[in-house]
Amino acid sequence: MSDHILEMKNITKTFPGVKALDNVNFQVEQGEIHFLVGENGAGKSTLMKVLSGIYPTGNYSGQIIFNGEVQDFRSIAESEAAGLAIINQELALVPEMSVYENIYLAHEITKRKIIDWNQTIHMADKQLKKVKLNVNPGNKVKDLNVGQQQLVEIAKALSKNVTLLILDEPTAALNENDSENLLNLLVELKKEGVTSIMISHKLKEVTAIADSCTVIRDGLTISTLRKEEIKEERIIKDMVGREIDNIFPQRPKYKPREVVLETKNINAYDFASSKQVVKDANISLRKGEVVGLAGLMGAGRSELALSIFGNPRDYERTGDLFLHGKKVNFNHPGEALKSGVVYVSEDRKSEGLILRQDVKQNISIANLRSLSKHGVIDKNEEIIVAEKYRKDINIKTPSIEQTLENLSGGNQQKVSVSKGLFSNPDILILDEPTRGIDVGAKFEIYTLINELINQGMSIIMISSELPELLAMSDRLYVVAEGKITGELSKEEATQENVMKLATL
Amino acid sequence: MRIFNDLWQKIKDKIGDYRKYIVRFFSDLWVVFRNNIRDYGMYIALVTIFIFFTITTSGLFLTPRNVFNLIQQTGYIAVMSVGMTLIIVIRHIDLSVGSIAGFVGAVLAVLIVTYNVPSVLAIPMVLLVGLGAGFITGFLVAKIGIPAFVASLGGMFAYRGLIFNSLQSTGTLGLNDPIIHAIGGGTIPAITRVAGMHLLTLIIGVVGIILFIYSTYKTRQEKMNYDFKVLPLDLFIAKLIFISAAILSITILLALYKGFSWTLVIVLVVVAIYHFMTNMTVLGRHIYAVGGNPDAAELSGISVKKITYFVFSSMGLLSGLGGIMYLARLNSATFTAGEGLELQVIAGAFVGGTSAAGGIGKVTGSVIGALVMASLINGMQMMSLGSNIQNIVSGVVLVAAVIFDVKTRNMKKIEA
Repeated sequence: MSDHILEMKNITKTFPGVKALDNVNFQVEQGEIHFLVGENGAGKSTLMKVLSGIYPTGNYSGQIIFNGEVQDFRSIAESEAAGLAIINQELALVPEMSVYENIYLAHEITKRKIIDWNQTIHMADKQLKKVKLNVNPGNKVKDLNVGQQQLVEIAKALSKNVTLLILDEPTAALNENDSENLLNLLVELKKEGVTSIMISHKLKEVTAIADSCTVIRDGLTISTLRKEEIKEERIIKDMVGREIDNIFPQRPKYKPREVVLETKNINAYDFASSKQVVKDANISLRKGEVVGLAGLMGAGRSELALSIFGNPRDYERTGDLFLHGKKVNFNHPGEALKSGVVYVSEDRKSEGLILRQDVKQNISIANLRSLSKHGVIDKNEEIIVAEKYRKDINIKTPSIEQTLENLSGGNQQKVSVSKGLFSNPDILILDEPTRGIDVGAKFEIYTLINELINQGMSIIMISSELPELLAMSDRLYVVAEGKITGELSKEEATQENVMKLATL
Repeated sequence: MRIFNDLWQKIKDKIGDYRKYIVRFFSDLWVVFRNNIRDYGMYIALVTIFIFFTITTSGLFLTPRNVFNLIQQTGYIAVMSVGMTLIIVIRHIDLSVGSIAGFVGAVLAVLIVTYNVPSVLAIPMVLLVGLGAGFITGFLVAKIGIPAFVASLGGMFAYRGLIFNSLQSTGTLGLNDPIIHAIGGGTIPAITRVAGMHLLTLIIGVVGIILFIYSTYKTRQEKMNYDFKVLPLDLFIAKLIFISAAILSITILLALYKGFSWTLVIVLVVVAIYHFMTNMTVLGRHIYAVGGNPDAAELSGISVKKITYFVFSSMGLLSGLGGIMYLARLNSATFTAGEGLELQVIAGAFVGGTSAAGGIGKVTGSVIGALVMASLINGMQMMSLGSNIQNIVSGVVLVAAVIFDVKTRNMKKIEA
């Protein structure tokens, strides 16, 4: 028992309406590389946030024993002081500062309260050697590539003398080479006594270097596998093991009709992240069909959808889009909307809705022209429209004059969908339509999807919840790193098949 | 005895009914008040300030003459605050408006005095200059993508320099143009005076009240036809009486002196146009959507760029108008015209409840905000308080207004 560097006992953490972690037990041995795997939303990141003090003590129930002592971390600073460091998906580096400034940021080396830059550079150099990063410590972080930045983060962690390193999907943004380097480094560090916890979706990484592996599903610990038990099939089975029960309303089997939307070799390059986000994507959508886009977060599903929907993020695009057999070119979401293509954002708060405006204003905003004459809005008609959606889609709000801030997530989502529907689309792209909403609201969304299909609409559905995507889609594409890695019919689409294609 | 008891019971019931009625009336009133506290806040502030200064100056503050002057002092700021409201609503700022106003004034003076252009022609010309200046700022912000603070700070310096260029050869330029003079301090013609009062002013005031009552009543009827919720009849009548009385008293006050000034007419027209635009039109709604959440607006098919161009151009146009009014008030073009004006304009918008976080703000609010700030200065001057005190009080009021805004922002609406 004494060789456990970390024990998390009976950790329970709830968010309003959701139990993110349910009595999770998690043990890590001294000097091992321990993988934490599970589907998106299973609770991996939440668990690590509990551990590192991002969710301070009191925010969860359960016990954390680190280095043999019960810990009550109230902040990252406290957990770092105890000797554990977390490296998040979003790197915590200041791009405009040099490498050495970043490594010693917030724990500067000082002499009589004055920063000793020579010593800082000297020490930074040592840390960089440890992580085998061969760059000048004076370089600005923004001039390094993502893989190098990741190593700087690790050097920063090491400079704080940590004994436990937590990496949240470190290789998600890395290419093959950089990923391999990183894995090798973890093995090196293990020899020097650094224990690592790594969250990853790439199962071949787990089989390559893991000493043990814990699978989490729906906020529960499913299994902890020892090195000899780690097999890809076993992990996948534990990850997706739940039975699909009847929480999905049924739809009659799809009989193919004409193609309404088709893409040919769509490519999109995002200047903001300097990344090719969509690569040669070819997909098609038929009338009255639900086509699912499966894949891991950041795989490029939303990016593909946005490339179709008028390119609001100004990607550099190539490729062709065909609508009802005719070539079209949408240069702004407004043009897509006018042609009957609607995209309902995955992030209702930051880009789907205007939270400071009320329900009716949010519903009408994308199609005000239909409510106006000579540019003057008929506000009475607007109320009628809003009341209609409130009733039809069952938006629970005391009044349509309530601002969105005061609505629950599920009801906000219904407003977001209503807004899309009010544009009278015949092609609807739903991006994570059930994220962060409760089971009841989810069921209502599924039912709505079926109703819309009955009315002859065609839907592209993006979801990270595989069971729902499998149940709702007539056909699906799997996206990985911007590429379509496979097309699966309803019969072929099993969780295992999808997972294999998504983790290619 | 029995009859007596019955009678007593009836009286008690009656009193109970009245009590219930009064309780309901005031609880309705409270709900309406609380749900709209952000809008009513400045009106309350304005009335408080008026009462305070009327007491401290033993009535001098509320004389027809002073109210007239107050309007003249506020006019050009109010007009520009209207434009600034929209700028702040879409999460930007424009620091160049004071210099643009000064520049437009200088160009107008040069056109009229040096080039003998008739003012009816010169005024639209310089309004276009203002519009163009605003368009350039919009271009820098929307197309080039630099922060509005920087783009307009550049404009602030550059247009100040251009004022010097324009007036280099002539120096401060005095004007003697009837139209400019009218804009600066003239009033609408009286026709005749009735009981010592300016007749046309009275007529306009009364017509205004009738129009207001008619349109409010019509809106209510339409809503009732749709079976929508409307204010209870008693509250509705109370509201009509209250607002009509307010309009009437200001009208009478001004009619007792010189009547409505052209400045007031310009302000009312600008406010009416912008109030209509922001409240009733698709364009207005799009502006608020861009301010509330630019990403969501973009995904809703609204071109954030076009809205940005429009809002900055409108600001430029109104800066031009403000510049003409400023020039007219001084009746001369000076090198320092409009210096620091941008900050007064911005203060007016903020005091008027425009939210720095974007998406929220009313043009009527900003005009009241500008009036609040001008009243404070005016009142304190009448109390012979020094400019040190005036500045301190202005600063405190500005910050207090924004605190009020932040604190009331996330209040849930309650149901009647």
